[in-house]
Amino acid sequence: MDVMPKWAEVVLVPLISLLLAAILSGLVILAIGEDPIAALKLMIDGALGSTYGWGYTLYYATNFMFTGLAVSVAFHARLFNIGGEGQAMLGGLGVALACLFIPWPHWSLGLLGAIVLAGAFGAIWAAVPAYLQAKRGSHIVITTIMFNFIAAAVLNYMLVNVLRPQGAMDPATARFPEAVHLPTLHDILAPIGISFSKAAPANVSLLVAIIACVLVWLLIWRTKLGYEIRAYGHSESAAKYAGISPVKITMIAMTISGALAGMMAINNVMGEAERLVLNATEGAGFIGIAVALMGRSHPLGVFIAAILFGFLYQGGAELALWTSIPRELIVVIQALVILFTGALDNMVRMPLERIFLALRKGGN
Amino acid sequence: MNNATTAPAIELKGISKAFGPVQANKDISIRVMPGTIHGIIGENGAGKSTLMSILYGFYKADKGEIFIGGQKTEIPDSQAAIAAGIGMVFQHFKLVENFTVLENIILGAEDGRLLKPSLAKARKSLLELAAEYELNVDPDALIEEIGVGMQQRVEILKALYRQADILILDEPTGVLTPSEADQLFRILGRLREEGKTIILITHKLREIMEATDTVSVMRRGEMTATVKTEDTSPEKLAELMVGRKVLLQVDKTPPTLGDIVLDVQNLRVVDEQGVERLKSISLNVRAGEILGIAGVAGNGQSELLEVLGGYADGTGSVTLNGEAIDLTGKYSDGKTRRARGIAHVPEDRQREGLIMDYSAWENTAFGYHDDPAYQSGIFINNAAIRQDTEEKMERFDVRPPNPRLSAKNFSGGNQQKIVLAREIERNPDLLLIGQPTRGVDIGAIEFIHQQIVALRDQGKAILLVSVELEEILSLADRVAVMFDGHIMGERAAGETDEKELGLMMAGVET
Repeated sequence: MDVMPKWAEVVLVPLISLLLAAILSGLVILAIGEDPIAALKLMIDGALGSTYGWGYTLYYATNFMFTGLAVSVAFHARLFNIGGEGQAMLGGLGVALACLFIPWPHWSLGLLGAIVLAGAFGAIWAAVPAYLQAKRGSHIVITTIMFNFIAAAVLNYMLVNVLRPQGAMDPATARFPEAVHLPTLHDILAPIGISFSKAAPANVSLLVAIIACVLVWLLIWRTKLGYEIRAYGHSESAAKYAGISPVKITMIAMTISGALAGMMAINNVMGEAERLVLNATEGAGFIGIAVALMGRSHPLGVFIAAILFGFLYQGGAELALWTSIPRELIVVIQALVILFTGALDNMVRMPLERIFLALRKGGN
Repeated sequence: MNNATTAPAIELKGISKAFGPVQANKDISIRVMPGTIHGIIGENGAGKSTLMSILYGFYKADKGEIFIGGQKTEIPDSQAAIAAGIGMVFQHFKLVENFTVLENIILGAEDGRLLKPSLAKARKSLLELAAEYELNVDPDALIEEIGVGMQQRVEILKALYRQADILILDEPTGVLTPSEADQLFRILGRLREEGKTIILITHKLREIMEATDTVSVMRRGEMTATVKTEDTSPEKLAELMVGRKVLLQVDKTPPTLGDIVLDVQNLRVVDEQGVERLKSISLNVRAGEILGIAGVAGNGQSELLEVLGGYADGTGSVTLNGEAIDLTGKYSDGKTRRARGIAHVPEDRQREGLIMDYSAWENTAFGYHDDPAYQSGIFINNAAIRQDTEEKMERFDVRPPNPRLSAKNFSGGNQQKIVLAREIERNPDLLLIGQPTRGVDIGAIEFIHQQIVALRDQGKAILLVSVELEEILSLADRVAVMFDGHIMGERAAGETDEKELGLMMAGVET
């Protein structure tokens, strides 16, 4: 018998964790002499109070959905892919190549092409560590994190020496042609009579991310491959007994994971910057780990957690802009949320389980 | 025997302990007189281990009192238990492998900061103990270099060195050969003569009958009876354990032998460390026959099952119905083996046979998830698998019959039934089955044995590996004994006995 009802497991535990993180964050803000209530209000106002705020929140959330899904898929095979950052960088390279060198007649075709190339680049970047783990036993946590650095170096080289337009000062590609500009939420919602901020970067990639959530759910819980991935993740010895090849599952799960991380680039590179700049990923690959942890590697959980982290990102930026709360403190708040929802999960879970046990005994 | 005025060595009064919704011990009272061997028998999950853990201070009872030698005693931790004169010999030894016997014995009972005086003192008292109880061990031998029987003696000596008057042994014969077990019981008898009190926890009826003075039976957390051993019989104890009459002997007719189904020639397995685990084994199994592989755990039986089941590489030749089977490479995996008609109930159902976090229906498809009946288009047909699982659960009497429950929530016997249903109902030519009733309650053992025999009677070949000699003798038509990666010999089941097989299991040529 499960100790806690499912709703408590899925809703109550993260909610309480979040509350604890919020309280602690409030205390930190209090300690540096600011008003936590006002700060919270400012964050909510800035992130959710206007369609402009929402536009940024959803833009960040789109990034986190892709990287969160990437970490989740690998995690179902008990592979800890912390290379999402590097895979997303390579995805950016794929998007840039697709947009700059192929004359797309329409943005929709361009988007499809960019998805394919971004996914392929990310997948290849994840496949190398996967192969090293599957065949050579090199631990995937070590190799994927090292591949983040290699990716950064590759991008540096490509942007400075290859893709930088002649005469340009900054290490970035040229602007993508007009034909591959993705419609923003403003463009999408205007025809149906909803006015959405023109300036916000949220774009059609959000819909792609949502579709990706659904597809990942189908893959993991409705297909044979998902069944084998989860089986391998739960018990390698049992998987071997059943004839599920560890090499195959490691390769496939990591390739899918890398592809998802790579696809993030359609949002930040193609949708927002419309050119590839250095450090375009802004740490979204790492936030994906927290999102997957908080979302319990379930696509719906990832979706919700991604929006929460989008809120923290945007709200945090607003705080830094309007108060004397330093930028670093925003990172502290984000870290507290990750700490409580991810690492300290048991701290909330255990007492809660005891409460539910006591309740059940009382009921009997 | 003791007269009525002597205080009992241990008396438990009204002990209750619950883990969440599970009542592991319910109002248990028990009196153990000094200088006796008291058996506690019960199925897995009956609450034996919980009760002993309370006595040894690992758990705190919700209710109830403990009296040691007539004194009410609180046992909050194992230190207190040791102070009260209780020693415990665990099923899995708690010894440091690369320490010597002497170092292990003083571990945790060192006198001062310097090791030398403690060691000298321990050496002296070890010699005394050895003389007193005929517990001979070499104090300077490394644990990893002595056998399991010896290791167990070290555990007993550890308890005695700490002045234990009460010894609790948890399933002590699980890892011993029959002759080692006999030796252990001789030692226990000797300890009893010297006035020690012994509690023997086991699920083997034979040991209870042979070694104990009194026996308590536990069922579902309750103490159902405490009787003098001489006044009871194995059948009666089994009935008390299960709550109904049980057939201890398997009903079976002589086998109708067919052609050779499995033929193994010169099979060798070398593990990752380069140790040769199977040293050129040859055997065969005919249709309609159960070949039993007997042996003490760790003598190559597991490797034999693994290589035949397709998840360890080997060299040599294995044929099924005359056709060769790949022992390495791409087509040497569980999937290919199943497609060829080899079903496998693995030794360790929790690590191999089942995924504990998967629901019963997900486990029912496990290994056979390629079956077209389980697919609909590119998706898995969950409803079809659940339906199939429901039917299998009904036929194999799995309780509770809920396909959505996780495997970890079923009892050992019901978990094994889920695996058996999955493998047997595929109608295989050859069934590999390892430790079919390990950790399985008596009621389910009967059922599982019947299923195995029924499969044989349908003309299937069965390779049975078990460390329970009784099980091998009652199920197998032919017995092969493994020792140190060799087959020591083969006997027809009707023409051998435990004694002969026991010698072969110990590596003695007969």
